[in-house]
Amino acid sequence: MSLRVLAYGERALLIEVADHHEALALYDDIRREPPVGVVDLVSAAASVLVVFADEESAQAASSTLRTRSVPRVDRAVGDLVEVPAHYDGADLGEVAESLGMSVEEVVRRHEIAEYLVAFVGFAPGFAYLTGLDPALHMPRRSVPRTRVPAGSIAMAGEYTAVYPRESPGGWRLLGHTTLDMWDLDREPPALLQPGMRVRFRRVTR
Amino acid sequence: MTSGTVEIVRPGPLTTVQDNGRPGLARLGVSPSGACDRPAYHLANRLVGNAPDAAALEVTLGGLVVRFSQSGWVAVTGAPAPVVSAGRACAPYGPVFVPAGGVLKIGVPAAGLRSYLAVRGGIAVPPVLGSRSTDMLTGIGPAPLQAGQIVPIGDATAGPVAPVDLAPVAPLPQEPVIEIQPLDRPGWFADNALDALRDSYRVSPDTNRIGMRLQGNVIERARQDEIPSEGHVAGAIQIPPSGQPVIFLADHPVTGGYPVLGVVRARSFPLLAQARPGQRLRLRVT
Repeated sequence: MSLRVLAYGERALLIEVADHHEALALYDDIRREPPVGVVDLVSAAASVLVVFADEESAQAASSTLRTRSVPRVDRAVGDLVEVPAHYDGADLGEVAESLGMSVEEVVRRHEIAEYLVAFVGFAPGFAYLTGLDPALHMPRRSVPRTRVPAGSIAMAGEYTAVYPRESPGGWRLLGHTTLDMWDLDREPPALLQPGMRVRFRRVTR
Repeated sequence: MTSGTVEIVRPGPLTTVQDNGRPGLARLGVSPSGACDRPAYHLANRLVGNAPDAAALEVTLGGLVVRFSQSGWVAVTGAPAPVVSAGRACAPYGPVFVPAGGVLKIGVPAAGLRSYLAVRGGIAVPPVLGSRSTDMLTGIGPAPLQAGQIVPIGDATAGPVAPVDLAPVAPLPQEPVIEIQPLDRPGWFADNALDALRDSYRVSPDTNRIGMRLQGNVIERARQDEIPSEGHVAGAIQIPPSGQPVIFLADHPVTGGYPVLGVVRARSFPLLAQARPGQRLRLRVT
């Protein structure tokens, strides 16, 4: 199957794929063998955006990218990051109640899964993690909080995430971690990048 | 020799440090940022003989007053603002000499939104992730400049001060025509959605370095759901459920979920960056 490549303005191409697994595989593939003139690559929920330095490079790459295909998805897995989790979030009780399960059950289901960084966005170091137990899927809060503390472990829809810094947010708060998701003195500053695997390890006191 | 400094006496509504930004860091969730009107920023650097990536000040709607610790050359480009150096009126778009201890004032521009003040040697605040740009979305880079702040001048020169009195610059149009390349993705907009572009749009007061909101004809969507989050570029014209376009600028988020009608062509982006709240502009598919 050849790729669906859309001109996304003069200097970028958007490649639409089926899901974030295909997007990550393609993202890795393009990172390994980038067309001439690539400035940036954005892997997302069901697409990869390839940004070029100029219009000429984008046009030249358009036809060559079309001839590529989505690589096999069962590629080598990314690095595993373990996130210590204190399950003490402000929304835990409400989440358990509306899902009709105990708090312990919510925590167990969140803790047991292995997650994949599908893409990043919203804020530096904010990683959208997929692999959340479907029994935990809930829409975001109807009224977002104006202030979500840094390190908050939260979920919304099919995603879970850790807020790297204090910010407004509408996700449901399950707990917090003391691990720094974003540290400008670290190289790279973002702990989680597309393709990495994540596990939450419960910390009890 | 000690390097000079610039003291911010008054920052005006918003003055930030800007250079070519931080392209290539989307995997970290970092916006490209950088000077919104890139050609104006580059011209300012050329006029004072700076390296093309020397950091300058992006002055939003004028109002900046600065004092220089030692004599030197500066240039103001972009939105045409009155410039006064040590009490003497100077033309923008040319090298301006400022004596030691001299005060430089940049007034409110008659048109446009963003003026650029390049100082020979560049603004030498510490770079963050390879750039000195203020990113208003993420807070990366130096905070917007405050009164009383003192910023260092660096040594990022590439040649002599330009031997010209002023550079010829086309005046900003009253109602700029912003050329857009439509996104060829069927299904998201009504068949006649582009008809809405027959009339001009007003730039909303709710406009900043992250994005520009436009007020005018509603662009009809065929679907009300969101697109799975996808990568974005500066100039992407998003259509939220309200149908009122939002155009991403330099500090845009790296991913987003509103469908995109099209992307502003590179040659129109500087004009877009100079459109000020309240003024009208036209979007034209080319």
